[in-house]
Amino acid sequence: MLSVEGLRSRYGRIEVLHGIDIEIASGEIVCLLGANGAGKTTLLRCLSGVQPVAAGKITFRGENIVPLPAHRRLSRGLAQSPEGRQIFANLTVEENLRLGAWLYADDRVQRDMDDAFALFPVLKQKRALAAGGLSGGQQQMLAIARALMGRPTCLLLDEPSMGLAPIIVDQIFDVVRQMKALGLTVLLVEQNAFGALRIADRGYVLETGNVVLSGPAHELIESPRIREAYLGL
Amino acid sequence: MSDLLQFLLSGLTVGAVYALLALGFTIIFNASGVVNFAQGEFVMLGGMATAFGIAAGLPVPLAALLAILGTAALGVALNALAIAPARGAPVVSLIIITIGAAIFLQGAAGLLFDKQIHRYPGFSGEAALRILGATILPQSLWVIAGATLTFALLWLFFSRTLTGKAVLATANNPLAASLVGINTRAIMALSFGLSAAIGAVAGLLVTPITMTAYNTGVALALSGFAAAMLGGLGSPLGALVGGLLLGVLEALTAGYVSSQYKDAVSFILIILVLTFLPQGLLGRKSTDRV
Ligand SMILES: Nc1ncnc2c1ncn2[C@@H]1O[C@H](COP(=O)(O)OP(=O)(O)OP(=O)(O)O)[C@@H](O)[C@H]1O
Ligand SMILES: [Mg+2]
Repeated sequence: MLSVEGLRSRYGRIEVLHGIDIEIASGEIVCLLGANGAGKTTLLRCLSGVQPVAAGKITFRGENIVPLPAHRRLSRGLAQSPEGRQIFANLTVEENLRLGAWLYADDRVQRDMDDAFALFPVLKQKRALAAGGLSGGQQQMLAIARALMGRPTCLLLDEPSMGLAPIIVDQIFDVVRQMKALGLTVLLVEQNAFGALRIADRGYVLETGNVVLSGPAHELIESPRIREAYLGL
Repeated sequence: MSDLLQFLLSGLTVGAVYALLALGFTIIFNASGVVNFAQGEFVMLGGMATAFGIAAGLPVPLAALLAILGTAALGVALNALAIAPARGAPVVSLIIITIGAAIFLQGAAGLLFDKQIHRYPGFSGEAALRILGATILPQSLWVIAGATLTFALLWLFFSRTLTGKAVLATANNPLAASLVGINTRAIMALSFGLSAAIGAVAGLLVTPITMTAYNTGVALALSGFAAAMLGGLGSPLGALVGGLLLGVLEALTAGYVSSQYKDAVSFILIILVLTFLPQGLLGRKSTDRV
């Protein structure tokens, strides 16, 4: 469904991705692990088209999407809930969700919004409030719900558990599993390696801009290298 | 007493123009983080183009409409040719680009039109109306009504339409706006077109009162900038409040002190606001925009 080949990207003259190869099959949850500064967010930004690609190919459902601007990639079915949530703080919860479906103006928008409220009932309670006033966990839910409003077939999640209480983290990972059950493909970036590997099918480990390890989640969870570096075991 | 009313009326008229100028600053600032010093040129162009349209025999509404559309197109072109290509450059560079654009537009207007002073008759005649011992030109009422209508339409646009929300969203968080599929370049173009059109409206409404010439834009931009700063750059309501307040302050200074000091009001205000009230009266916290 999504395949990345030899992807390079840089900030100014400093290259931070040195040729990434990643493959994601339809319906999989794939997690991407790596320490601070490894390049996980940069990779996701490249996939969504908000970060220039210096070399390499990104193929999404058979199409090379590197030449497409960000808004076209979303219309192809690739949505992202970005690092740090990036909600529209000045707008209401409902407006945030409606803008998630910016590309659409049909009846399905309202149904999708009802689905989002069913998934995260607290958002329904707060629908008329400014999103900036939500708690961190609620903002994260909003960011995910907003991405789902874009009707993705593949969802990119950048550190959805960052800074959240364990109970909220469980709830969010649970939603990710539900998404998979609905047929969505998910690329999950996480610092919380244990939580991510428990729900993922496969994983990749990124270190300073290179993929250094990959495999099925249950193997990674047993791997000494992972246990030491990311699970603290 | 009637003196005070007189000063207030003329202050509100000029203030309405400043408010529209400040609104133009605000819209472009929100979309791009740029303070567009070419905003005054849009006002000048609106007045000049209308004057030339009327002189060429066009009916006033048509001349006005063409002036608005032409100026809006210039705003879009300014973004496409000068601002968008420099995307990612430091904001200071972008601001300098707008100053360059202002100088260019002024020169081009001097060549394309001429270097004379122009005006045309007020839309509802020239006979002053009397209100409680003060007088007001019917054109002043046009200015005030036009500004009110513009603000009302803008408010509807931002609060009631999805496109308006997309503009707000882009101002709030450009990255997230891209990620939800908003074409942020198109929003930038829209913002420049809208600001230019608003500037043109101000210019064509006020020209029968103040007259216009190719070189009036710079002073207008400074006053508009002062008004926007006073109200709080980035806030449309601040633009309204800042504009009206600046207009009234100028009129009171001219009336009670000396008209020689009138123009100094903007400058002094810019300095005072920057020093003591950098967020303006109604501005948001600066953390909102990095
Ligand atoms: N805007 C930027 N300008 C310059 N360098 C950047 C920028 N953003 C990230 N970098 C650098 O690129 C590298 C990769 O950063 P990136 O944010 O992709 O890492 P990450 O794996 O997402 O880290 P984290 O776990 O902290 O989110 C880091 O060395 C970082 O310092
Ligand atoms: Mg990151």
